Amino acid sequence: MIEIVPRETTRPLLTALIPVIAALAALALAAIPLLAAGAPLLQAYKQMFLGVFGSFFTFTEMLTRATPLIFTGLAAAIAFRAKLWNIGGEGQLYLGALAAVWIGTGMIDGPPALMIPLVLLAGAIAGGLGMLGPAILKLRFGADEVVTSLLLNFIILIFVQMMLEGPFKDPMGLGWPQSEPIIDAAILPGLFERMRLHAGFLLAIGTALITWIITALTVWGLKARAVGENAAAARHAGIGVTRLMLIVAFASGALAGLAGVSEVAGLKGYLTSDLSPGFGYAGIVVAMLARLSPIGVVLAAIYVASVFVGADSMSRAMGVSSFLADLTVSLSLICVLLGGFFAQFRLRFRGAQTP
Amino acid sequence: MTPVLSLKNLTKRFGPVLAADDISLDLMHGEVLALLGENGAGKTTLMNMLFGQYVPDAGSVEVFDAGQPRTLPAGNAQAAIDARIGMVHQHFTLAENLSVLDSVVLGAEPLWSFRRALSPARTRLTDLMTRSGLTVPLDAKISALTVGERQRVEILKALYRDVRVLVLDEPTAVLTPQEADGLFAALRTMVADGLSVIFISHKLREVLAFSDRIMVLRHGKAVGEMPTAEADAARIIRMMVGEDHKMPDRSPGTPGDLRLHLQNLSTSGTRPLRNVTLDAHGGQIIGIAGVSGNGQTTLAQVISGLEQPSAGSLSIQGQTIDRLTPKSALAHKIGRIPEDRHHDGIVPALTVAENLVLERLDDSDVQHFGFLRKSGIAENAARLSSAYDVRGPGIAARAALLSGGNIQKLILARVIEAAPDVILANQPTRGLDFRAAAEISRRLIEARDRGAAVILISEDLDEVLALSDRIFVMHDGHCLETDSRDRTDIGYAMAGEAA
Repeated sequence: MIEIVPRETTRPLLTALIPVIAALAALALAAIPLLAAGAPLLQAYKQMFLGVFGSFFTFTEMLTRATPLIFTGLAAAIAFRAKLWNIGGEGQLYLGALAAVWIGTGMIDGPPALMIPLVLLAGAIAGGLGMLGPAILKLRFGADEVVTSLLLNFIILIFVQMMLEGPFKDPMGLGWPQSEPIIDAAILPGLFERMRLHAGFLLAIGTALITWIITALTVWGLKARAVGENAAAARHAGIGVTRLMLIVAFASGALAGLAGVSEVAGLKGYLTSDLSPGFGYAGIVVAMLARLSPIGVVLAAIYVASVFVGADSMSRAMGVSSFLADLTVSLSLICVLLGGFFAQFRLRFRGAQTP
Repeated sequence: MTPVLSLKNLTKRFGPVLAADDISLDLMHGEVLALLGENGAGKTTLMNMLFGQYVPDAGSVEVFDAGQPRTLPAGNAQAAIDARIGMVHQHFTLAENLSVLDSVVLGAEPLWSFRRALSPARTRLTDLMTRSGLTVPLDAKISALTVGERQRVEILKALYRDVRVLVLDEPTAVLTPQEADGLFAALRTMVADGLSVIFISHKLREVLAFSDRIMVLRHGKAVGEMPTAEADAARIIRMMVGEDHKMPDRSPGTPGDLRLHLQNLSTSGTRPLRNVTLDAHGGQIIGIAGVSGNGQTTLAQVISGLEQPSAGSLSIQGQTIDRLTPKSALAHKIGRIPEDRHHDGIVPALTVAENLVLERLDDSDVQHFGFLRKSGIAENAARLSSAYDVRGPGIAARAALLSGGNIQKLILARVIEAAPDVILANQPTRGLDFRAAAEISRRLIEARDRGAAVILISEDLDEVLALSDRIFVMHDGHCLETDSRDRTDIGYAMAGEAA
């Protein structure tokens, strides 16, 4: 007979090591589907590794992939810390991208030096407003933001498709539903010759640092933590809980919006309705892997991006399905959740009872 | 006298703390054993081992079937239930949306049966209620019951399972003196029928009146055991505390200026206030007695700025306040000690130091241009935790790791250091041991003597009588001043009846 018993003491080292152990365990568990697919294991892991660390180019490709994940991971992390369950990162990403395209395709004829800040600002505001709606519904009517923010994703995606078929459609696009290209002044510059890695990555790192500074070092961050951990006590202590939740909601949406701006103005140059292969949802995984720490988000995003890019390369080299990447990321999440569980509980095995 | 239950050399260690140290105890058939001890003395640990919630490091629990001892498997609550041991916790474990009947049969029904045999259950319960005198409306929702009735449901739940040993943890904490007497009378009937009771309490008066035998725990050890007939209060307290217990010295307060004035104040919503008029002057402690659920919580919410009155007015220092919020209450120098210290008083995941500045995050020693001044916060915490004797793993540890008494000292430090003009103390000593409670009482008297108006809401009538300069009694949302200092008179007022 197996019983689940709460641990009477928790070990800080164990808690800190959980994400690392979980990541390694997930990679190890990926061996099962690999074997099932009949791939030689060592070869497969080697290809996965080389796909990321094989050359400087593959490494920058991985960082390019990590960039939107850092933004959406931060978006989920700061919301979840305040117990605001923003599942709408995907929609907010598209809102950000849409605003970036709107401003960035010549709607405003501003000075070129201002174009990038303007595009970033527009994307952040659009994403922020996208989460403000569910937050207001939650605070005013008690509507569950998990449901509202999640369902809003689909509404926003269809809205984006409508815009791409309508007012935003590129007349030169040969009939494809895509926006006009963003003007050069609004494009986030590349970091290296002939590589796709762009300034959005530096922006993401900077944003993560700023988020860390705000959450860890400011009064505001302390208030946000208090509200997230015990809203009743925070209210009792005179902290404006409603206002703070609204600010957190806006900031969370804004971060997801920046992911959209970074993708559209840094990588693609124009908007299509397949801009994101689920970066908004993957951000939730990233945040959970990072245990909601802003700095951890950067590391977790790099891990998730490595798995994606590595598995892609492996699948091309070995003829294994690239869905293996999704599987590995999912396994990592399950391992982290299990790890978090075992940090608080332990199993007790007991022999059959003698009457 | 035949034994029904025997705890043998139970020992439990949590890290460095020996929570239960080689405790042995025998319970006889039809006996009431009172278990006394300060918080942290090991009472709960002991009961949790008895009930299979903790696995003892050493020792065992034995029950007697027809005089034959049988060892219960360690750490198995189901085995304790099967051995007909029942426990009524201090915090009730009832679902608000169920009826009384459903609450009682919940868990006693077979899981895989489609039909519910409710009518035999009803007959049996009705019979139980007549025999025990513990009556509750069977079809009422739990949410509609008073606290006293809820407790009866908890006891009926145990009796319905045909327990032979009933453990009661602080059963009278929420009852009027009259209700408590009723409970004891009912339990006496059951005991005469052969029930054995383990009774955990802080209230010596009840222990002396109701129990047959007293066992005192201190620091995880059984330090004394005696028949109640041979016990007296002073001796028991000496055993519990390890020293003589001094009640805080209290001279009458000197009333100063009017600080807080409620005029014909009413609220809408659940447990409303009805036409409450109350004036709190500096230099006085106003005690508000009453059974929980008669509007004390609402009154505290209004004074804390968490709930707005629907009629009447609230003024502070002669100035009428339109809309009091927690923030403006703090700005008007109203310090608040909340009823539920874990829920409203602290953020358990924040550190002790952070919790100590939670109500003054904008002060210049706490922040500098919006950035936290960790050194200022730490200095403040070091100073307050030594001045107020907040003990725990340190100021950088999470407040969740503090014991109830130390959490209360933390809140008290935060409130009193802000030099408030008015202090609202809602159940400030609930669940605290003698020493911690006396310390809180002493601090409140000290604050009064410095000129603060103290509003003390308490369900513990002894505490109200001991500390208050003026006494109000709350019943059904009304709050009336009484000149009486007589327990029986006040007890009747608490029940809403004229003496």
